[in-house]
Amino acid sequence: MSPRVGVVLFPGSNCEQDAFEAIRDLGGDAEILWHGDASIGAVDAVIVPGGFAHGDYLRPGAIARFSPIMATVSAFARDGGAVVGICNGFQVLTEAGLLPGALQKNRGLKFLCTTVSLRVASTDSVLTSETVIGQELRIPINHFEGNYTCSAETLAELQAEDRIVLRYVDNPNGSMDDIAGICSSERNVVGLMPHPERACRDLLGSTDGRPLLQSLLEAARIPA
Amino acid sequence: MAEPIHRSLGLTDDEAADIDRILGRSPNHLELAMFAVMWSEHCSYKSSRLHLKRLPTEGEWVLVGPGENAGVIDVGDGIAAAIRIESHNHPAAIEPYQGAATGVGGILRDIFTMGARPIALMDPLRFGPLNDARSRWIAEGVVSGVSGYGNSVGVPTVGGETVFDETYAENPLVNVLCLGVLPTDRLVLGQATGVGNLAVLLGSSTGRDGIGGVSVLASAGFSDDEADAAKRPSVQVGDPFEEKRLIEACLALLDAGLVVGIQDLGGAGLTCATSETASRGGMGMDVDVNAIPLREADMQPFEIMTSESQERMLAIVEPDGLDEALAICDRWEVQANVIGRVTPGPATGDADGGRLRILDGWDGDVLADLPAASLHEDAPLYDRPIHAPADWNEAERTLVGPDLPISEDLGGDLLDLLADTSWVWSQYDHQLFLNTVEGPGGDAAVLRLKHPVTGDDTGRGLALTTDGNHRWCAVDPRQGTALTVAESVLNLACVGARPLAVVNCLNFGNPEHPEVMWQLSEAIDGMAEACRALGTPVVGGNVSLYNESRGADIDPTPVIGMLGVVDRLDRRPPGPGLIDEGRLVLLGVTQPELSGSAWARAQGHRGGRLPALDLAFHTRVAGVVRTLVSGAMVAGIHDVGSGGLGLALAEMAVRSGVGFQAARIHDTAELFSESPSRVVICVAPDLLQPVLNVCEEAGIPTARIGVAGGTRLSVKDLFDLDLAVAAATWRDRLPSTLGAGTTQG
Repeated sequence: MSPRVGVVLFPGSNCEQDAFEAIRDLGGDAEILWHGDASIGAVDAVIVPGGFAHGDYLRPGAIARFSPIMATVSAFARDGGAVVGICNGFQVLTEAGLLPGALQKNRGLKFLCTTVSLRVASTDSVLTSETVIGQELRIPINHFEGNYTCSAETLAELQAEDRIVLRYVDNPNGSMDDIAGICSSERNVVGLMPHPERACRDLLGSTDGRPLLQSLLEAARIPA
Repeated sequence: MAEPIHRSLGLTDDEAADIDRILGRSPNHLELAMFAVMWSEHCSYKSSRLHLKRLPTEGEWVLVGPGENAGVIDVGDGIAAAIRIESHNHPAAIEPYQGAATGVGGILRDIFTMGARPIALMDPLRFGPLNDARSRWIAEGVVSGVSGYGNSVGVPTVGGETVFDETYAENPLVNVLCLGVLPTDRLVLGQATGVGNLAVLLGSSTGRDGIGGVSVLASAGFSDDEADAAKRPSVQVGDPFEEKRLIEACLALLDAGLVVGIQDLGGAGLTCATSETASRGGMGMDVDVNAIPLREADMQPFEIMTSESQERMLAIVEPDGLDEALAICDRWEVQANVIGRVTPGPATGDADGGRLRILDGWDGDVLADLPAASLHEDAPLYDRPIHAPADWNEAERTLVGPDLPISEDLGGDLLDLLADTSWVWSQYDHQLFLNTVEGPGGDAAVLRLKHPVTGDDTGRGLALTTDGNHRWCAVDPRQGTALTVAESVLNLACVGARPLAVVNCLNFGNPEHPEVMWQLSEAIDGMAEACRALGTPVVGGNVSLYNESRGADIDPTPVIGMLGVVDRLDRRPPGPGLIDEGRLVLLGVTQPELSGSAWARAQGHRGGRLPALDLAFHTRVAGVVRTLVSGAMVAGIHDVGSGGLGLALAEMAVRSGVGFQAARIHDTAELFSESPSRVVICVAPDLLQPVLNVCEEAGIPTARIGVAGGTRLSVKDLFDLDLAVAAATWRDRLPSTLGAGTTQG
């Protein structure tokens, strides 16, 4: 049976159909989960997609963390379920306390939509298990607030615990330690600013997002 | 003596007399305000309508032509494409960020009004020169506004243009094009039908923003800074999150079959939406002004009826479906209120049929009572005086000017023309929806065509381009516009697409100047002729007049948006690049004519005669280009347009980081002429002969002009530039002048 991936839809989300299409094209089952529902059904993994949940009002993710579905997503994550936050989804996961740190405005104070090179820093996560350390991936970024920051203690912890999973080769936004993606201490929650779903087709210029989403499907196939 | 009130609302004495005649009495203040906004130049097209009738609008694949909210084209597989272009020039000149943002919001509503999901935006932008601080401030604000609104509302901006020129110093042009797709059988029109059906206002509350925007701002020129500052409250403020929820709610209402008709609220606000839906449906409408949610408690009825508050839609719903419709809106957190009822139309024989009545409560006083159709159908139509400028020679079709100067430094001239626009479009999400096969920066954008409901991939693509050239149109507006349409066709061909339809945005000066009306009339004739010959019907347009500052009109700037289809999208188009060892070939014929060219303008030259355009030959060139691209026979391809062959080659080099060595380009004219119907291609050596054969069979002249490779950009006897220098000049021009930081969020 194909693994089932739930994609959370908040008012203001806009990458939910893209994540849906990419998961389906990779052989997974995808379904849209409404933010106002408390249930996530019988999904094997959750993607919190990109966009502007609740208009990014106050600050990105600050209101989305209060949507009813987030309590269930948090419980699912605590039980070891695979949860990936992409772009705005990463911001939501930090606001919800599922990942440490915060995303502030890009160093250049501009929105940035471009394709960048990432380097895999850890393969021990639900999003990078099918990659190899040092592997370079060409993946689009698309954000204004993608500049990762955290306390010195948290950064030391992330480094010591091998929880930085993806780094920018040429840091586009000022992120601390070139961080593009991190995972939780249990390795089952991953947040990243780049959009792997935008890099799954030759026609779109890159297929380097496929091993990342395939990793997620593998994690979903083997429930925690 | 105080000025009569109709004049302060922008109506002439004759127009006021017409209103008295239509009503059989003098209008009250509210009625006068409603006529004033609807009869404004922006809403009524009173100066241009007469001329727009000359455009060809027919085609078997055209489902909806001009006059509705958007043009709609059948693109096959049960999918229709809705397309529209609009200007937001005047608001952007006053308040760049919000002016541009609300321009994006407005064009989106025009598209989802038709039942289509917006899938792409294009932004043709024109600003004053980069060395002017105010122009830089406007450019930065406009780009931030497009970025801030477009990204957040979740529609990718896949292309456009960025032009800097003295002519736009006080009056930038901010045009916005939107493309949407819908299942062909879900097409809805902005009509109110069915007596007793309900008019439901969706979205934002109504405030005092944008009151009289169409009449105060868009239908007059600019005078001095103090007066312009006083107009700032006429610029609306956008909320992309409200719009995003409105899009989802409206499409859900349409999916559920709950909507009889739907109309966006744009220029002239509720007055336009209620009267247009009623008169298009042949009906009347009662509106309860007290049922409209307000941002401020003490608003007057005339303010409520003419406010241009953003992110509002008017849906016509059957009473039985109301509860379900309200539930859908509630899910998306979209405010929805019944504000009107459809009443009988004139056809019922009812003497009161077809009235638009504004009521103070359903059973309260009648505040306004006028024939709904009179706001549109009785709007004034002007045949304004037309006169060619004094220095125009009709017999020779030349604009008298001094002789062209001679340049000593062609390499330097070429560097001056190089500008990478990625500073602009890297601030736009251009990839959302996983459709963007070719994004901004190429000759045309290419999008995967997926079914809007099932998401099924058709294996085909849509292509989009916007083109305008004020330099050509300043020399000869008719020929310049025809050349622009031709360029669009060739841009589409360069990505393998055949053209289907045109929308246009006519940006001109003050129509009360006979020379401006001449430019407008000539441009329309040039567009009509080219569109007929090239098989591209005009399915919609927008006219922006009064683009002037301190009495000086802008150069005529018709902007063409063209939609095409790629019949088999199985690989990315080659794009404008070079490969090592690639053979460079020019297709087409270069006329030794520099008039109207970017190079000539840079030398301060504005006269002369434009190159000739052979539309039959042009069609053949476009056909050959499509064959070469779809057959994967070329490694790189670029339309030769503004900047001529020199700029085309240089752009291919700096984009790919591969130099070239060229010869057989003999002089300045051959280097910088903007003769139409030409493309430059870069071909792998083993494919050269097959490519030349294809061209020869189609009767297209070719010239082998050189080889790609190395780190120099050189044309024998003309110039020799270092690739790294050229690339840095190209890349740094915008960032170094516009700066890396932004002042607005």
